[in-house]
Amino acid sequence: MSTENKKILGILAEFANPGELLKAAEKVRDAGYRKFDVHSPFPVHGMDNAMGLKQSKLGYVAGIAGFIGCTSGMVLQWWVSAVEYPLVISGKPFFSHQAFIPITFEMTILFAAVATVFGMFHLNRLPQLFHNLFYSEQFAKVTDDGFMVSIEAGDSKFEPQKTKAFLESIGGTSLEFIEAK
Amino acid sequence: MDLNRENIRLQESSKFGTFALFAGLTGLVLTAIGYFAISPGQMFHSYLTAFVFWVTIGLGGLFFTLLHHLTGAVWSVVLRKFSESLMAVLPWMLLFFIPVVLGMHELYHWSHADVVAKDHLLLGKAGFLNPTFFTIRGIGYFAIWIILSMSLFRLSVKQDIEHTAGITEKFKKISAPGMLLFALSLTFASFDWLMSLDPHWYSTIFGVYIFSGTVLAVLATLLLVTLFLRAKGFLEGVITIEHYQDVAKLLFAFTVFWAYIAFSQYFLIWYGNIPEETVWFLHRWQGSWKTVSMVIVLGHFVLPFIILVTRSSKRNLKLLWVMGFWFLFIHWLDIYWLVLPTFHKHSAHFSWLDFTAMLGIGGVFMSIFWRNLTGNKLVPMNDPELAESLHFTNM
Repeated sequence: MSTENKKILGILAEFANPGELLKAAEKVRDAGYRKFDVHSPFPVHGMDNAMGLKQSKLGYVAGIAGFIGCTSGMVLQWWVSAVEYPLVISGKPFFSHQAFIPITFEMTILFAAVATVFGMFHLNRLPQLFHNLFYSEQFAKVTDDGFMVSIEAGDSKFEPQKTKAFLESIGGTSLEFIEAK
Repeated sequence: MDLNRENIRLQESSKFGTFALFAGLTGLVLTAIGYFAISPGQMFHSYLTAFVFWVTIGLGGLFFTLLHHLTGAVWSVVLRKFSESLMAVLPWMLLFFIPVVLGMHELYHWSHADVVAKDHLLLGKAGFLNPTFFTIRGIGYFAIWIILSMSLFRLSVKQDIEHTAGITEKFKKISAPGMLLFALSLTFASFDWLMSLDPHWYSTIFGVYIFSGTVLAVLATLLLVTLFLRAKGFLEGVITIEHYQDVAKLLFAFTVFWAYIAFSQYFLIWYGNIPEETVWFLHRWQGSWKTVSMVIVLGHFVLPFIILVTRSSKRNLKLLWVMGFWFLFIHWLDIYWLVLPTFHKHSAHFSWLDFTAMLGIGGVFMSIFWRNLTGNKLVPMNDPELAESLHFTNM
């Protein structure tokens, strides 16, 4: 072990198939680890629960942004049509809320959609050009046929040898400490 | 999941059917008395409201089944028997169409030859809006609905009994042209039965408006029926909270869809501001009709939107009970708001006939629905997608 001269950033373990990965995630969660992640070439049903992930906050982001879009759309049109530059259009009142609804609706959708996309990026910590896991040679397998669990060294329960033994005990193979090169 | 005889087939529960039939017949007798006691006009308008309400529930069942087969949906497999039992009531609704034909002169202004002769607009429409063609078209719509619902229902029963391959394919073969026929027949039926109450007025989006309410009403009915069975101890673990959340998602989506269509109809008429079009909304903005209009805007869109927007409310079964009843009520009020302003022109007058007509047709409807449901399995046991549907989870 070259733990003396190189800093350990985390640990990576491979599992045989999606089912094993799901079970492993549950055990890692139950062991009390928080800063861990699972990697698979495709989405695995039930993984959110297995990892103990909470409901995403993205819905609130979309909801709040939609509300802002809705009110600002209506206020903008009211200010333009009834305050700043009133024009009589087909004999209707200056503030004709009926006529403003399509644009208000579009503004709601626009704000909510844009906020959802960028909120999703933010919650996923994207764009991220480099991740410590890229130091690992075998990590590339997760884009093909690899099912892996990684635990970060920053986790409060992380102790190199103990964590390694734990991952082995739950069926992990090809264990590897992630170290900067 | 343990699917045994006890929780997939209702036995010893025919009491509900008998009770519903009795309530229905009482309602129908009282409604008939109303013909003499109140007035023929009030009685037929109340009757038409109830008739359209229950037909749309049956049509909603047909739509849900067609959509299920066409999309190859997995989550709704466990709900299929319920929508099928609803659509299989449609053949019986033909009987309830007879009073509408008999009451044509009370309901439809254009059915009087002497009125039409003096009215230039109605004279132009007489080729389409005349009593004979109206009756033929009505029978035609029912012919489409009966053929579609019976063929799908029989195939479903056949699938329960024998493990024949290819039934899923047959479902799809019927459903593809079936969806097209459904769309056309629903649109024209709503033109005939509701829009022609005010024969000078027209709105091309009217059929879609009725359709959006229809889907909401059937989702609410599916919700209430399955929640009722759940409370009785059936289908535990078959229809799970995940399925309820999906129904609630569709309810949420269709309140928005309804609002979109209702607003589109209103918006174009408001913008164009042509008297022959605006008069229809003007009627519904007079006296207490204005209150009814506002209740529909708030109760059909604003409140359900706010209530159902979150994930937790879609998974709250007690709330879904309330919302199920609420959606059925507001769907009835919506049809009431379409029908009655042509009779009570200046303000809304609720009559006890509105209630007895709903009870009458509804009671008979529910007893036939119950018979369809109890006569068959509650879960399509031989559906190839059943296992996956039982384990369905939302992301």
